[in-house]
Amino acid sequence: MQYFVQQLINGLTLGSIYGLIAIGYTMVYGIIGMINFAHGDIFMIGAFAALIVFLILGALFYSLPVVIALLVMMIVAMLLTSMYNWTIEKVAYRPLRGSFRLAPLITAIGMSIALSNFVQVTQGPRNKPVPPMVSKVYNIAGISVSLKQIIIVLVTIVLLALFWYLVNKTSLGRAQRACEQDRKMAALLGIDVDRTISITFIMGAALAAVAGTLFLMYYGVVVFSDGFTPGVKAFTAAVLGGIGSLPGAVLGGLMIGFIESMWSAYFSIDYKDVAAFSILAIVLIFLPSGILGRPEVEKV
Amino acid sequence: MAVTASPERDIVATPMQRATREALYAGAIALGLFVLFIGLKTNQNISNELILEQRWGLLAIVVVLTMAGRFLYVAYGQPFLANQKIADVATGLLPESVATRFFRLPYFLAAIVTVAVLVFLAGPLDGLLGPGLAGYARFLRALAIIYALASVLFYFRTFIHAHFSALGITALALYPVIVVLVLALYGGSVAAGFQGSLKWVDNFGIQILIYVMLAWGLNIVVGLAGLLDLGYVAFYAVGAYAYALLGTHYGLSFWILLPAAGAMAAFWGVLLGFPVLRLRGDYLAIVTLAFGEIIRLVLINWREVTNGSAGISGIPKVTFFGLISFNVSDPNYIAKVFDIATSSAYYKIFLYYLILGLCLLTAFVTIRLRRMPVGRAWEALREDEIACRSLGINTTTTKLTAFATGAMFGGFAGSFFAARQGFVSPESFIFLESAIILAIVVLGGMGSLVGIAVAAMVMIGGTEVLRELDFLKQVFGPDFTPELYRMLLFGMAMVIVMLWKPRGFVGSREPTAFLKESRAVSGAFTKEGHG
Repeated sequence: MQYFVQQLINGLTLGSIYGLIAIGYTMVYGIIGMINFAHGDIFMIGAFAALIVFLILGALFYSLPVVIALLVMMIVAMLLTSMYNWTIEKVAYRPLRGSFRLAPLITAIGMSIALSNFVQVTQGPRNKPVPPMVSKVYNIAGISVSLKQIIIVLVTIVLLALFWYLVNKTSLGRAQRACEQDRKMAALLGIDVDRTISITFIMGAALAAVAGTLFLMYYGVVVFSDGFTPGVKAFTAAVLGGIGSLPGAVLGGLMIGFIESMWSAYFSIDYKDVAAFSILAIVLIFLPSGILGRPEVEKV
Repeated sequence: MAVTASPERDIVATPMQRATREALYAGAIALGLFVLFIGLKTNQNISNELILEQRWGLLAIVVVLTMAGRFLYVAYGQPFLANQKIADVATGLLPESVATRFFRLPYFLAAIVTVAVLVFLAGPLDGLLGPGLAGYARFLRALAIIYALASVLFYFRTFIHAHFSALGITALALYPVIVVLVLALYGGSVAAGFQGSLKWVDNFGIQILIYVMLAWGLNIVVGLAGLLDLGYVAFYAVGAYAYALLGTHYGLSFWILLPAAGAMAAFWGVLLGFPVLRLRGDYLAIVTLAFGEIIRLVLINWREVTNGSAGISGIPKVTFFGLISFNVSDPNYIAKVFDIATSSAYYKIFLYYLILGLCLLTAFVTIRLRRMPVGRAWEALREDEIACRSLGINTTTTKLTAFATGAMFGGFAGSFFAARQGFVSPESFIFLESAIILAIVVLGGMGSLVGIAVAAMVMIGGTEVLRELDFLKQVFGPDFTPELYRMLLFGMAMVIVMLWKPRGFVGSREPTAFLKESRAVSGAFTKEGHG
């Protein structure tokens, strides 16, 4: 039982990170109906920005409270990563809006290749390890919970609450939901569609940057190619939850996190990704539009 | 006359002011994007700790270059293109386009003279200029040759356009012969010709043709049936491992295993097809991607059979139907049979013709299938699934045959790949490969075989050319390795080509069924890859 709860906590941590990335996929998909393949690499850019800020802080200040350091890392990473996603949307996706469906998918894949190789060229191909920032571990009734895991889950909850408020209660969120339902009608009613889409990309990137910072803190190492696997898993999570649905993305992220940690705990660690992908295929056979996704109604 | 608002005229009107403003914006954004990533570099010191290295000079150069580029584009590039558009509209049917101004007889003659001078005086010039400038001279020579060839192509463009397929196939069939001949003349002996041709035939010829074949195979799934497949590389892997495992363990011949590998890949295609029958669009995309990853992960982790990430080596070579072998130790080795000098180039040239044959087979089957009921059903399925069903087309078999046929060609290409490399490992079957193949299909203009071949040549050939740019070391110092930038440039090229031609190189379609005469249809009227 203890072992099970332990794995549950590990899964929750992993799932939180996947969920944060998955929101970026699902939001962009909801509003312009495209798979933003570069989102995984945006996450990696966020992790790298956090790494560089961490090193700058280490060089400038002899000792800095961890909370402040993490906050600064997160905020700078969010700003920088948002800027990347904003630029990419403007350069690579906007000119192709209204073009045929595969065109932005290809530019997104191209951007993903370009971003990871940009980081490889500018920062070098090697693993970048950082000293552990938070190392405290609590022991509650035989279950060890590290402070890192608590921070990840807390940050995720706070961000999700903030995000929920933003989407459901503000005029910005209303504009986003309007664009999601009918972009032309929203434009006719005076909503600046381009601006709303840009802000969607910025919000997605900011959440991915937080996920990147948390990833760096949790694993303590990052490489230029780190965007791919978490990116694909987060995308899987978004599809599993029903792409386009925000609660679905979080739910899917948690499910993928649980499947992964449980499979590596009880079966084999080598096949954990195979398990996650297989379960995706099985779920989609029975629920072809994900768990919380609205089934597409086709009109003739 | 009515005044019409035209974006072209606006761009022409006040370029300078706009250009300055845009350049400043671009500079500010570039500074923001690159300040941490180019301005600072994370390096490991001796005790394996990360330290920061400052590169503000490089950052400044990059930002200034971005600003200059943006300024030039807005100030001169955009007005030029807009003027061109206006001129094209005004002159009507025969606009004096950029191309006719670019390719002119005097320039052509100048290019020929440059090439002649540089080739015949190569020896003395190298001594005169020293190694640094000689690199530039070689680059200039390459540019002049490319320009001269392009001019010839441009001059004969109507002829080439009319007989494109025949000319293309002839050129491909003669390619190794021409390479060997030219290099033999250049090097002074036949042996030198064969030795020098290795790189050209292998890196450019075979490499490009493998991608042409893969892209043509994927074209059946994406371009004809309209099913978005992001895991095509899985079938390539199945084919490669089928040949590698059966060939090394049972010693079976390539010619038996080629159809076997194709059949196995087709079987996996059907297996993937079943669960995804009900899925559409992006759900289909993610499941195919997941399938590709599953195959790769199984190849990595099933160590007893696949030898894990270490891969399988010592895969037997292809023989010429068992009659002529390419192993030096065999009694029927090609050099012994024909009594000629030993060279590894024969095998490469043989492989070149083998993959060319496989490519042509793929093209032939695709062209024939498009005229058969099943091919028409694919294209109907791509356009409208519901209409298809109501007309009594069995969408299940239609989708499954598309997956199986596409996968089969992937399997053929895979077993060829294994035979060519002599070594396979899961490294070769990553998602990036699927992405590259899909990009070639889309960039070529989906459904168009010629366009896809051109796209493969441009994208794969372009990245191969980057390996050859040694003269850049003269410019950026000896530490500069152009290969590092290969994939960065590849990704950027994908974006730029897509922005420039969103419908791909060949955006029009030849209909297979028509009433009175066959007329090419704009690609804008067809639907693609929607699930």
